Amino acid sequence: MGEVLNFRYTIDGDDFTRAGEASSSVKNKLKQLGLDSDVIRKVSIAMYEGEINMVIHADGGNITVSVTDSDITMVLSDTGPGIPDVEKAMQEGYSTARAEVRSLGFGAGMGLPNMKKYTDEMHIDTTIGKGTTITMKVHI
Amino acid sequence: MNTNKFIRSVRLKESACRGCINCIKHCPTQAIRVHNGKAHIIDKFCIDCGRCISYCPHHAKIPVYDPLSVINNFRYTVALPAPSLYAQYNNLTNVDIVLNALLRLGFDDVYEVSAAAELVSEAAREYIRAHAEEAPFISSACPSVVRLIRVKFPSLVSRLLPIKAPVEAAAEIARARAMKKTGLKPEEIGIIFISPCPSKVSYAKAPLGIEKSNIDNVVAIKDVYPLLLPHMKHDESQLSPISASGRIGIGWSNAGGEAGGLLVDNYLAADGIVNILRVLEELEDEKLHGLTFVELNACSGGCVGGTLTVENAYIAAAKTKRLVRYQPVSKNHLSDNPELKNIYWADNVEYEPVFRLGNTFKESLRMMGKVEELTAQFPGLDCGSCGAPTCQTLAEDIVRGDAAPNDCIYVLRANIADLSRKISHLTENADPERTLSEEDDRLLHKYIKELTTELTSFGVPDRSGKEDPIT
Repeated sequence: MGEVLNFRYTIDGDDFTRAGEASSSVKNKLKQLGLDSDVIRKVSIAMYEGEINMVIHADGGNITVSVTDSDITMVLSDTGPGIPDVEKAMQEGYSTARAEVRSLGFGAGMGLPNMKKYTDEMHIDTTIGKGTTITMKVHI
Repeated sequence: MNTNKFIRSVRLKESACRGCINCIKHCPTQAIRVHNGKAHIIDKFCIDCGRCISYCPHHAKIPVYDPLSVINNFRYTVALPAPSLYAQYNNLTNVDIVLNALLRLGFDDVYEVSAAAELVSEAAREYIRAHAEEAPFISSACPSVVRLIRVKFPSLVSRLLPIKAPVEAAAEIARARAMKKTGLKPEEIGIIFISPCPSKVSYAKAPLGIEKSNIDNVVAIKDVYPLLLPHMKHDESQLSPISASGRIGIGWSNAGGEAGGLLVDNYLAADGIVNILRVLEELEDEKLHGLTFVELNACSGGCVGGTLTVENAYIAAAKTKRLVRYQPVSKNHLSDNPELKNIYWADNVEYEPVFRLGNTFKESLRMMGKVEELTAQFPGLDCGSCGAPTCQTLAEDIVRGDAAPNDCIYVLRANIADLSRKISHLTENADPERTLSEEDDRLLHKYIKELTTELTSFGVPDRSGKEDPIT
């Protein structure tokens, strides 16, 4: 495996208007790398959903994006409440977002399903009361 | 690579450029650098939006376009006035006043761009209806928008409405009609566009979506505007009835005009390059839902805000609205215009990855690693003193081989401080009674030489007198 490039982002927990800044930054870097626009689209959508989830449920967190010549790995980790029922959370339309969050147009229950849909590999590691780490991989 | 592909009509008048950083900070595609005290526009990054023309306090950024004397190059000329021309005049009640004045000015015939705009609107309505599942579509009439998408938004290229711009359709119809009327050869007929912006100058020379434009020359509204005034007769009995466009066609001059002509509700119309960049980012991220059409104009206010116009964009927009108030919705139909063979694009617009760092992914990956490393060394002030708009852009320029770390005055200052520390360390410890050891003497010379190199590397403007080049 050749070169590895890492990008690190801290996601602010209480600002909806800033959610998406990290995925936007990654998107523009991937464009500069000359990656296929379909790969870029998958990464940026999956990461955006993850960013929004971190803001809604976990008061922010950290994202590391690693790019190698074979894939892009996104590791999103937070110290939030954890996901009690991962199977349920993966169902389209299932959401535990608060009413005021939904009134902003978020919390449609598509976050995790979209993250799975747009990535080639996804792994959820969650502990109630401790936090969640989601690892997603998109092959190049 | 076809060099014509990145032709631009915004140029630099070197004698006027003071090497300030206003243009580099306002350029939406980071296409300008200041090196050796003068701005340089990077062809492949420039989208001809004209923003630097508006922002340069020294008027060193100038648009290039043709002089009106080009009408002498042809046996027969047809003026194609952009609808934004009408909006320059106060209290204009009848478009024929302007169109008749164009004939008196020396044109042999006139064909309104707004007439062709109504055909484009009709074609767009049909196209969108037939391809509803592929919506949203992005307007392709503003050449700067098409160029912006071409270099920055690969995933949106396919969303561009593949229909010729109104001025192109107008040029095609005008030439065909003139040939029929006069029997002249196509090259004997001059199709002259009276344009609100320099972006159309580049378009006419190197169009996207079609191979060759039917526009022969592009002149500026601001040149034509005062020349028409003495020819404008308001006695309507003396006017030949020429005008043949309605509210939709003339409305194209304003932001929202094109979208209005589609007769759909779920559209977005954004104007001003910074605003359209934001819309394109969100469209690309699939954050905008339920849209059928996205109208984008690089200039604030729409075409009336072009840098070749005279009137304030928002006043002009209000005048357009007043002018069309009692006009019928549309006066032109595709079925009545057999001269227009094909209103759709003949070629696809291809993504041009000009911002890609390297030639291959692996090379780009390596280069980006260096960019990240360098960026971390810079202060992150984006001060522009190095001549690049941001620290990150400087890092990219360095990695591409177009700049050096010392172009950053903070890096330079640290290097100089380091060298002078080393020099004083050597000299302070020296015994005044004895000469320096050979090694210390060698080091001292080395440091002084490095110091001189550091200082001279820091772009001192070359003021040796060249004659006012325009680059």
